[in-house]
Amino acid sequence: MEIPLFLRGILVITGKNMRLYYTKPPVLMFGVLFPLFMFFAFFVGRKLDLTTFFPAFLAMMLFFTASSVGPLITPWEKREKTYERLLSYPVTQDSIILGDVVAGAIFGMGISLLVWVASIIFVPVGVTNIGLFVLAFLLGTLSCSALGALLASPASDSPPNVMIFSNLIRFPLIFISGIFVPLAQMQGLGLTLAYCSPLTYLVDLFNAAMSGTSVFSPLVDCGVLIGVSAGFILAARVIQKRNLMKGM
Amino acid sequence: MNAIEAGHLVKRFGTVTAVNDVTITVREGEIFGFLGPNGAGKTTTMRLLTGVLTPDAGTARINGIDIHRHPLDAKMQMGVIPESSTVYGDMSAEQNLHLSGQMYGMPRALREERIDEILSRMGLYEKRRLPVRTFSKGMKQRVSIACAIIHRPKILFLDEPTSGLDVQSRRLVIETIHQMNEQGSTIFLTTHNIEEANTLCQTVCIINKGKIVAQDSPERLKKMFDTTQSVEVSFDRPVTRDLFVAEGILRAEPCGDKWRLYTDNPDLVLKYLIRSAERESIGITSLTISGPSLEEAFVQITECA
Repeated sequence: MEIPLFLRGILVITGKNMRLYYTKPPVLMFGVLFPLFMFFAFFVGRKLDLTTFFPAFLAMMLFFTASSVGPLITPWEKREKTYERLLSYPVTQDSIILGDVVAGAIFGMGISLLVWVASIIFVPVGVTNIGLFVLAFLLGTLSCSALGALLASPASDSPPNVMIFSNLIRFPLIFISGIFVPLAQMQGLGLTLAYCSPLTYLVDLFNAAMSGTSVFSPLVDCGVLIGVSAGFILAARVIQKRNLMKGM
Repeated sequence: MNAIEAGHLVKRFGTVTAVNDVTITVREGEIFGFLGPNGAGKTTTMRLLTGVLTPDAGTARINGIDIHRHPLDAKMQMGVIPESSTVYGDMSAEQNLHLSGQMYGMPRALREERIDEILSRMGLYEKRRLPVRTFSKGMKQRVSIACAIIHRPKILFLDEPTSGLDVQSRRLVIETIHQMNEQGSTIFLTTHNIEEANTLCQTVCIINKGKIVAQDSPERLKKMFDTTQSVEVSFDRPVTRDLFVAEGILRAEPCGDKWRLYTDNPDLVLKYLIRSAERESIGITSLTISGPSLEEAFVQITECA
């Protein structure tokens, strides 16, 4: 009986998160407006080949949107004292974490798809491998929303503090992941840092799917994204369980 | 069958042992009062019993199901009302109840029927579509209770449910507790309101500094301290404490417009009061003899521990 209950818990929590948190100002600010401003700041008026840079922009959009919901939910619920009630329902801490991950992934998927559909009207970007493109979307939203859930793990009931912390982690990643400087042109320390960023592999996978060129094999990109997703979720689980052992 | 069985529960936060070897048994269908001063470990114990926290040692069973081995099955048996009215302020009362019903797997039609019934009973039907953040504290608490009872739980846990509520909301909460109990639910009530525990509960358990210090029926607990009774008296004009210096009066305390006299011989005190009133030409406007109070028992138990 526990597995159906567990899955139902994830679904209900996802629905609750979608209803409550998608329209919260921090999510709209850091999940939608922020990447759009970044796009305008770095790409518009610089005579860049948008077709070349579009996969990286899409990856950045997906990264920011999918990872913006997770950091808000847990501290918000702790502040509003709804976290205790949530834990007293027939759900486990794992279903709460996974519900947060799924809500973030759906948000990232929805907004990024919308941006992609709107962009293809203005920018002549094609998709050379539709299967890889779908996979990039799925693994990208999963890994980025898992990062969002991990960023929500510090024992804090202050959403602003957690959002600042999450931006401290997320912001540098976009500069080392082949978004503004293509991975093929990077070298030395920059390249080493790029290898350490999960976003690099998402950018690379989008490049493989949309332009047919990539630095790594798509298999490597997919493997890394699956690995980091699992790693982020497990780390979030360990930290949140440890926090709960210390009290509410 | 016992509804709740907790054995040797221990919970530590750093160097502080919040719950220290707590063993509790709650019979099916009873209203069980869990009393203690602030910081005694009531809320932590309730969180351990409801699966919110994991104990460092010990076990807890809800209707025979181990809450820490099979948390989901065990939580399906219970409804929980945490200390503060923990409902989603951005949702309406109706949406909060739908969410609760979904958590317990109730089909939509059943949810809707039950939501209408509960909100009407709670006096919130007219405001069911307003965001809960616009509600008063009492109304929020009613929504919180409604969320916990929507699935007709077999066991209802309430943590200080009437704390800080107005009279109307308090009465509604007490009525709901009675109704749920009459319908067969076991009630686990944590409170530091002695009078509430005295009137509501069949069994009272007192925790102090993380340890259980007494567990019995309110009447039996009172009888443990039956040497002291009290006489409450009021006069038609103010009197001073000097009037109550007499044989048989152990202590005199002003109590609003009355005086409460603690005694182990009420008969002697009554005769003395009547004689004194005649001598001083003052009228007695009310006179009540009270048995030993649960409050007195509580104070003595927690002070001794």
